[in-house]
Amino acid sequence: MTIDLPLIWAGIIAFAVFMYVLMDGFDLGVGILFPFVRDEGERDIMMNSVAPVWDGNETWLVLGGGGLMVAFPLAYATILPALYLPVLLMLIALIFRGVAFEFRFKAEGRQKHAWSWSFHLGSVFAAFAQGVILGSFIQGFTVEGRDFVGGPLDWLTPFAILTGFGLIAGYALLGTTWLVMKTEGGLQAWAYRNAERALLAVLGFIAIVSVWTPFMDPDIAARWFAWPNIAVLSPVPIVTGLVALGLFVALRRRFEGYPFIGAIALFGLSYLGIAISLWPNVVPPDISIWDAASAPKTQAFMLFGVVAVTPFVLAYTAFSYWVFRGKVRGDTGYH
Amino acid sequence: MELDPVLLSRIQFGFVVAFHILFPSLTIGIAAYIAVLEGLWLKTGREKYFAISRFWTKIFAVCFGMGVVSGIVMSYQFGTNWSRFSDTTANVLGPLLGYEVLTAFFLEATFLGILLFGRHLVPRWVHFFSALMVSFGTLFSSFWILSANSWMHTPAGYELIDGTFHVTSWLEVIFNPSFPYRLTHMVMATFLAAAFVIMGVAALYLLQKRHEDNARTMLSMGMGLVFLLAPAQVLIGDLHGLNTFEYQPVKVAAMEGHWETQRGAPLILFALPDREAERNRFEVGIPKLGSLILTHDLDGEVPGLKEWAAEDRPPVGIVFWSFRIMVAMGLLMVFVAVTGMVLRLRGRMFDRPWFLKICVAMVPTGLIAILAGWVTTEVGRQPWIVYEVMRTAEGASPAVGGTEVLISLVAFFVAYAIIFSAGIYYIVQLIRKGPVDEPPATKGRPARPLSAAGEPSGSAAE
Ligand code: HDD
Ligand code: HEM
Ligand code: HEM
Repeated sequence: MTIDLPLIWAGIIAFAVFMYVLMDGFDLGVGILFPFVRDEGERDIMMNSVAPVWDGNETWLVLGGGGLMVAFPLAYATILPALYLPVLLMLIALIFRGVAFEFRFKAEGRQKHAWSWSFHLGSVFAAFAQGVILGSFIQGFTVEGRDFVGGPLDWLTPFAILTGFGLIAGYALLGTTWLVMKTEGGLQAWAYRNAERALLAVLGFIAIVSVWTPFMDPDIAARWFAWPNIAVLSPVPIVTGLVALGLFVALRRRFEGYPFIGAIALFGLSYLGIAISLWPNVVPPDISIWDAASAPKTQAFMLFGVVAVTPFVLAYTAFSYWVFRGKVRGDTGYH
Repeated sequence: MELDPVLLSRIQFGFVVAFHILFPSLTIGIAAYIAVLEGLWLKTGREKYFAISRFWTKIFAVCFGMGVVSGIVMSYQFGTNWSRFSDTTANVLGPLLGYEVLTAFFLEATFLGILLFGRHLVPRWVHFFSALMVSFGTLFSSFWILSANSWMHTPAGYELIDGTFHVTSWLEVIFNPSFPYRLTHMVMATFLAAAFVIMGVAALYLLQKRHEDNARTMLSMGMGLVFLLAPAQVLIGDLHGLNTFEYQPVKVAAMEGHWETQRGAPLILFALPDREAERNRFEVGIPKLGSLILTHDLDGEVPGLKEWAAEDRPPVGIVFWSFRIMVAMGLLMVFVAVTGMVLRLRGRMFDRPWFLKICVAMVPTGLIAILAGWVTTEVGRQPWIVYEVMRTAEGASPAVGGTEVLISLVAFFVAYAIIFSAGIYYIVQLIRKGPVDEPPATKGRPARPLSAAGEPSGSAAE
């Protein structure tokens, strides 16, 4: 039997994108929450909680994009032109957000205030743009031959706007639960309260998207509701409900670590749901991972690198999180 | 008027990549410098190394931030604006960029966190190790990205199947003919650029009679490096040119401003190449020297631009002049390096104001040379995106219209103008403040804003 390289690569890219969504998700979430806390002191703590790791987190985005070019160039070369404007919005937002880390702490007074806003708005728009990209991806693209042939605003639909707002809520949930874990005192209490609100919003968005998607696309409806699929797949929504309930209880009982894990699980399940709907396409509605694959020699050469290097990447990423473990405090330490 | 998306995409690509490269150039050089300083501090325990390292780490952090955000733009540009190019070459270039992410970007981004924020959380040697890893990351990054770029200049190890590139040999792809020259030349260029920035700042302090002890160390270290690297860079540049002469003779003809094929060609110092008339105006040259440099023979034959059809020639004027700017910077660097060494041997390097002023004026020369060098290389490659196989115009995204590219071009321009001004402003503030004495590392958790810049430059604001 030969190895199904495109299948392995679909798994690798799905993993990279999921890592990105989780890891940059919580630090974008912190940015989304930024203006809603009491004072600049709390904002300093929030920023400190992500400053040492955000760059590593964002590298998963580069891996996702780069991986797509390596393994599924057809997807890279059709989806990115189709999403020209949302991708532009995301890049510009990430620019203003990324530089704010360094600039905000060098500034004072009004300048500092301006970089706080740069951080916040950059995070909000990056999250929104990524949500729009996700929504357009679910809707699919018009491709002829090896090129996108639709218009520049094809992505602009109510559904994509909805997923845009949905992802803002999702990242806010990751951000609040991250702060629950990393802070204490007033800020933590604030995070507990707002995590509940974010959770409710996220559940609302999940419900709407889950109902809307099958209506939009009969193939997706058939995939979920035809027999026997419905029996096999019904655990997905049920487990999602249970996880949401557990998360809610954990927040009420003031467990510090569980809410973040619960939020991750919720993201994982939603991600799984989308994957089930779209499988096996990388350029929905009908270009599969096998149609879009690059040459086997290319996929194999890069797979070697992934297998050899990723363990090291994961190890030193874990090491870095371990170095910055524990609570970020505002009162002790070195000045 | 119709907006030409290909032309606009080219302008956009040139603009964002030129913006990007300024910062990696500084980060590659400064990262290595920080690793050396941290190593020296670990070994000797002398506080001045600690102070200098902290100082440059703050500036490094600003450059790194701008390098990262502009780099992410680059990796998405290939897909958004150059989708035909990406689709056609992905089998070859994809893994080179992929290996860059895996071996370089993760390494530098992750250890950067510890380098900037972990000083009080990890033992000294781990901190030194992190500095080393960041520096390695920047070098690995150069390795892969320059391999990819060199392959576009001198493609090798591939075959074309149905118009798509397929790899026949990875070794030939990675170590393609121009790669060793380009890698060496570029890495040395980044070290030189950083060294001249460091020397300029040190010289400024000496002129102002501030931080003199630290400034002397910075100036001597920079001078030592420059004395070795500046002449070596000229030598490698020459070898690089010979390699180009072999693989891209039309580019060399444009660099040299030669229209006619001739024996005993002159080395042209000044000219205004005229594309329409196919000749130079106001030409000033040294007879025979051009042939001597390129063929190592006073009467060697050097092909001229007219050997190629007009549509296969690069824009001559840009290539001709950017090349001269780079070489001029290179010669200036050698001059400063030699002058500095003579003064130093006489023990006079730190107290000659005219020399210190020259050092201050030299600050931008490395970056100017780097931009000029890239313009020579890249514009000289035109009209090809993959040399003599695929034209730049064939690489663009067919579905993307002129309006969209115009929007993105303006957006990048405005965004970069803002962050560039802010970045320069904060760097100048950091330089004003200088390497102030700070208590050396003690273990404990940081309370104040975690930023490599430390506390705000004036009094605390909250
Ligand atoms: C000679 C070196 C060099 C050259 C020619 C380029 N870069 Fe670069 N790049 C670096 C050297 C570098 C670096 C030193 O590794 C940077 C600078 C700051 C940093 O974080 O890493 C970087 C950052 C950087 C990042 C952000 C990485 C992160 O998230 O940490 C991306 C995605 C790119 N680059 C992509 C590109 C692309 C697509 C280029 C081609 C047009 C390019 N770079 C040219
Ligand atoms: C980092 C330093 C670099 C600089 C300053 C630079 C500069 C430029 C410039 C000015 C052009 C425009 C030429 C023209 O259209 O007349 C260009 C073209 C191009 N370069 Fe580079 N380049 C750099 C590195 C790279 C690298 C590392 C790659 C690829 C891995 C690359 C890929 C391209 C491509 C695809 C084009 C064709 C698109 C175009 O014509 O604009 N460049 N570059
Ligand atoms: C007088 C000395 C120098 C000579 C003879 C020289 C020669 C060359 C040549 C021939 C090229 C074009 C390569 C091609 O055809 O693609 C080049 C490119 C370049 N040069 Fe120089 N150079 C000199 C000095 C410098 C200096 C001082 C710097 C920077 C500090 C520099 C930075 C660059 C860069 C960044 C490139 C583009 C990348 C590459 O192709 O390597 N050069 N140089």
